[in-house]
Amino acid sequence: MKTLQEIHKIREEKRKELDLRVNTKADTREKHILVCHGTGCTSSKSPQILENFRKILKEKNITNVRVIKTGCFGLCAKGPIVIIRPEDTFYALVTPEDCEEIIEKHIIKGEKVERLLCKDIDGKIVNSLDELNFYKKQKRIALKNCGVINPEEIDEYIAFDGYRALERVLKEMSQEEVIDVIKKSGLRGRGGAGFPTGKKWELTKASEGEQKYVVCNADEGDPGAFMDRSILEGDPHSVLEAMEIAGYTIGANKGYIYVRAEYPIAVKRLQIAIDEARDYGILGENIFGTDFSFDIEIRLGAGAFVCGEETALLESIEGKRGQPRVKPPYPAQSGLWGKPTLINNVETYANIAQIILKGPEWFSSIGTETSKGTKVFALGGNVNNIGLVEVPMGTTLREIVYDIGGGIPNGRDFKAAQTGGPSGGCIPKEHLYTPIDYESLKEIGSMMGSGGLIVMDDTKCMVCLAKFYLEFTVSESCGKCTPCRIGTKRMLEILEKLCNGEGEELDLYKLEKLAANIQKSSICGLGQSAPNPVVSTLKYFREEFRQHAIQKECKTLECKAMAKITINEEKCKGCGLCQKHCPVNAIDGTGRDKRIINQEKCIKCGTCIASCPFHAIGN
Amino acid sequence: MNKLNPSSIKLIEEAVEGEYNFIKKEEIMEENIITLTIDGQEVKVKEGTTILQAAKQAGIDIPTLCFLKDINEVGDCRMCIVEVEGRRGFATSCIQTVEEGMVVHTHTQNVLEARHVILDLIISNHAKDCLTCTRSGNCELQTLATKFNVLNIEFEGERTEHKVDDLSPSIVRDFNKCILCRRCVAACKNVQKIGAIDCINRGFESCISTVGDHSLNDVNCTFCGQCIEACPTGALHEKETINDVWVKLKDPETTVIVQTAPAVRVALGEEFGMPIGTNVVGKMVTALKRLGFNKVFDTNTGADLTIMEEANEFIERFTKNDNLPLITSCSPGWVKYIEMNYPELLSHLSSCKSPHQMFGAILKTYYAKREGLDPAKMYVVSVMPCIAKKFERQRPEMKEDDLYDVDNVITTRELARMIKQANIEFEKLEDSNFDSPMGEASGAGAIFGTTGGVMEAALRTAQDTLTGKDLAKIDFEQVRGGEGIKRATINIAGKEINVVAASGLANAKIILDEIKSGKANYQFVEIMACPGGCIMGGGQPIKSSKIRSEVDVRKLRADALYSIDERSIVRKSHENPVMKKLYKDFLEKPGSEIAEKLLHTTYTKREKYNI
Repeated sequence: MKTLQEIHKIREEKRKELDLRVNTKADTREKHILVCHGTGCTSSKSPQILENFRKILKEKNITNVRVIKTGCFGLCAKGPIVIIRPEDTFYALVTPEDCEEIIEKHIIKGEKVERLLCKDIDGKIVNSLDELNFYKKQKRIALKNCGVINPEEIDEYIAFDGYRALERVLKEMSQEEVIDVIKKSGLRGRGGAGFPTGKKWELTKASEGEQKYVVCNADEGDPGAFMDRSILEGDPHSVLEAMEIAGYTIGANKGYIYVRAEYPIAVKRLQIAIDEARDYGILGENIFGTDFSFDIEIRLGAGAFVCGEETALLESIEGKRGQPRVKPPYPAQSGLWGKPTLINNVETYANIAQIILKGPEWFSSIGTETSKGTKVFALGGNVNNIGLVEVPMGTTLREIVYDIGGGIPNGRDFKAAQTGGPSGGCIPKEHLYTPIDYESLKEIGSMMGSGGLIVMDDTKCMVCLAKFYLEFTVSESCGKCTPCRIGTKRMLEILEKLCNGEGEELDLYKLEKLAANIQKSSICGLGQSAPNPVVSTLKYFREEFRQHAIQKECKTLECKAMAKITINEEKCKGCGLCQKHCPVNAIDGTGRDKRIINQEKCIKCGTCIASCPFHAIGN
Repeated sequence: MNKLNPSSIKLIEEAVEGEYNFIKKEEIMEENIITLTIDGQEVKVKEGTTILQAAKQAGIDIPTLCFLKDINEVGDCRMCIVEVEGRRGFATSCIQTVEEGMVVHTHTQNVLEARHVILDLIISNHAKDCLTCTRSGNCELQTLATKFNVLNIEFEGERTEHKVDDLSPSIVRDFNKCILCRRCVAACKNVQKIGAIDCINRGFESCISTVGDHSLNDVNCTFCGQCIEACPTGALHEKETINDVWVKLKDPETTVIVQTAPAVRVALGEEFGMPIGTNVVGKMVTALKRLGFNKVFDTNTGADLTIMEEANEFIERFTKNDNLPLITSCSPGWVKYIEMNYPELLSHLSSCKSPHQMFGAILKTYYAKREGLDPAKMYVVSVMPCIAKKFERQRPEMKEDDLYDVDNVITTRELARMIKQANIEFEKLEDSNFDSPMGEASGAGAIFGTTGGVMEAALRTAQDTLTGKDLAKIDFEQVRGGEGIKRATINIAGKEINVVAASGLANAKIILDEIKSGKANYQFVEIMACPGGCIMGGGQPIKSSKIRSEVDVRKLRADALYSIDERSIVRKSHENPVMKKLYKDFLEKPGSEIAEKLLHTTYTKREKYNI
């Protein structure tokens, strides 16, 4: 147990000690080597890097350098990432074997290890994080502490204003005042639907009931999305603090974090954070000497996507099969075990403390008219800088893909971007300048979703894309209601027909009819939004669908059944390179002969196309 | 298939236990009246009424499939969707309640199209072999297909295929016909608190199955058959055995004797379009004779016999204050339940066989000898409202000298099928009487078919025996009615007897827990596996969700039984002349050695999962 005075003292002393983390001019002889311990870098051996650093430092008896484990820095494509503070030197793609050289050169001799310095897309070497284009347009609120603090040490969180918002709320603010601040900030749910957070808190507070609950939805399930995971791995206390603030505001004394079991690192750090907070008396009875008590428990999800849907999540916490409930009643009225329950997403919570500390005006000055603050996206697909980005609402898709993401690799063209995962839609080239916020994304047939953003180049088939997402929803449908259980399966069957060249024009009409009715009549958000990827691709790439249905043609190589790779006789110089690369010996011809593809043997892998120096081979 | 270890079995049980407590809707304290508009009609209903109920009051019949009043109100199938002005998306009328000023449209173009698509999708994954389905003509899916004039399936595609599970002696599960409404799951898990079945897998692969996808025969199913009664299609039905009856009826060597349970006569008429609760005993006997049964007897007589033995057993235990409470044992689903779940309480169970088993045993001994029949050439058929009786008949305890007491059990539904197959116009039949000398029964035997009936019948005999008088007060109103648990304290010969009659296994569990924990001090307990007793058994005519939400089927059938009792000349089992003669000529007295041998049985602890 720590008294408030003790916590203030920790904050003051620790902040001084950690100044070098955020101040390149910090007056200190110490150095901190920060090693990313997000899931991506961890899989690329960053724990071993950390260990090697510590071992070498010990061997060499260097005492003024500490090695710190941090959360995700964001630029996952360059991981494992090592940053040395206070000078802010950014080493990319570090291996455990590089540690010796970094210590020897950087720490002892004071020289940079040139070969490990991070290079930007244009090939320019960058010395520090801030020089990277990737970071220039970002604004970090939810990810503020990610990559800065050690998520497994509560003192480091406290050093950077941690639990100051909770103290202010408990000591100085009424429940109504908190709600007022959150409402004024304009914060909306980051889980996807964008329901105004302050309104949700107000409704839950207004619901009558002795027992209420606060729930954190950390069941991030969209393919390719890892925003929430990174927050939990990099800054777990920010979520705990916000849940406590929420608990105080709505009148709850118990919180649950529902997190996927597939996020072992996040689960471990959350548990450490909860234990530390309990140890300090920040969770438990009479927090900060007030009469407010609150505790948090972790509940593990078993991997069903539908459990990210709030009512299915509640069923799952209750120990039942994860299936949604019909709404209304909403969780705010009747949630966990029938009690009023506030349920917010991880990223939503990660914004709360700072809104309290910096004020609603500060927060609402960022973003667009209807969507305030920032949004974290997991940028993936055919884009150079794969990683985690946080941008102000209203940033255009173009800025994310080209300025932050560094554009499309291999000189290909942008074809579409998919936001919102299986519930969202695709955004074609003509909407690249759309400012990203809840309303404008909806208008163009997509949705914010939880923040997955997959970029696709012109080698991608849009019918296949729709099929991919439908495969996902079909296997993740809980099976409770008819339209989702059977309807999405029927849509998938039609898409499979189209991709196999067995479709007909009527199929497009059938797809649209099914989609419209599944959207209208399914019980939960999963079913209601399952047809979105099909609807939006049909809207923007109808011609491509028609080609599949009528001409039985796919311009890309993705629909193998329809692809026919041929060699242009005029362009072929008979070099034989294609023959050399073909994995199944499907190319005939010898010497300087023009080569011919044996269609019976060809497996349409496309290797020959890539190998031809004269661009003579195509679909 | 995976073997289950004891700890996972425990986990499963705990889940069933804690999970779906059958939550009764909270009574609304103040009855606020809500005014709303449905399809242009102004409707006034109580607050808390669902849109579906409100529509019904206005004469609007919104189609449903998964809805089963008070049992399954979950909104899964989506057939009952309606449009509510100002609300995004459709409302689920079977669960969502009315609001003041609400404007509801039940058949807009939008709703109709969605309903068509949903029905189309359901049928697309349904084995459309209506011609060879036991529920053809009484299938809720078929009714809807007719209503919506489904002429072709627009969205045909892959069908999920399942093996038919017909390993149990009682229930056949054919999930190729299952529409995943989950009414059976709710009946098993919520009403009966068994949880033998639930949904497994996800999405399109979802299906209803047991632990580890094993046969129902190998899991904790009690064969009560409430799932069959709940099923809207032909996915669940009894294991039909009427072919064996036909064969025996045509065999001149065999004397085929039939007995009919009390509950059958007040439900059989429903299968021929007669009102629920019509007593068709006379027509039924005529039909059975026309079918060719050599003798037609009444299980009510067997029930009287059960009372003779059970009342005697009770008096013995009561006077010695030994091994109380005595718990009835005539419901075989209930017996299987206690054997699996509360083996430590088995000694409380009456050792009496159930009435039709007792009667079978007497037919093959006393009656056979008297009539000069070879018991090996007798074939006793019991017509029962119950499918667990099919299981009970085969228990090893239920035979004497390698001859089963009863050779075949058919349900009320199966008997109706036999009558139809024999081209008998049931409605036009004249009445006739059960055969003598085993045909006469008391009113006490008749009320065996409803919850509280066995208790009442036993009390009539017990009070006369204990007081040594012929008492005129024989109606025990305290144990009548539809409540799941009916507790009463009855004063007989200056002594207070605490009794309870419970029906439905969820209620049985409550009573057993009370007994186990020593919280309650009962002397006599009646338990029936099916809610409402045998009249609501798993072998009775299946009533659609629509009928079940409009009519109290239990009450109508129970009233018919009580009216048989009221009109009976003999209303106490021990006054039945057949009993008097039987004991005089053969059984000596209740509890005699011969009675013990023929009429009593034993029970054993039974594993829930044979996997």
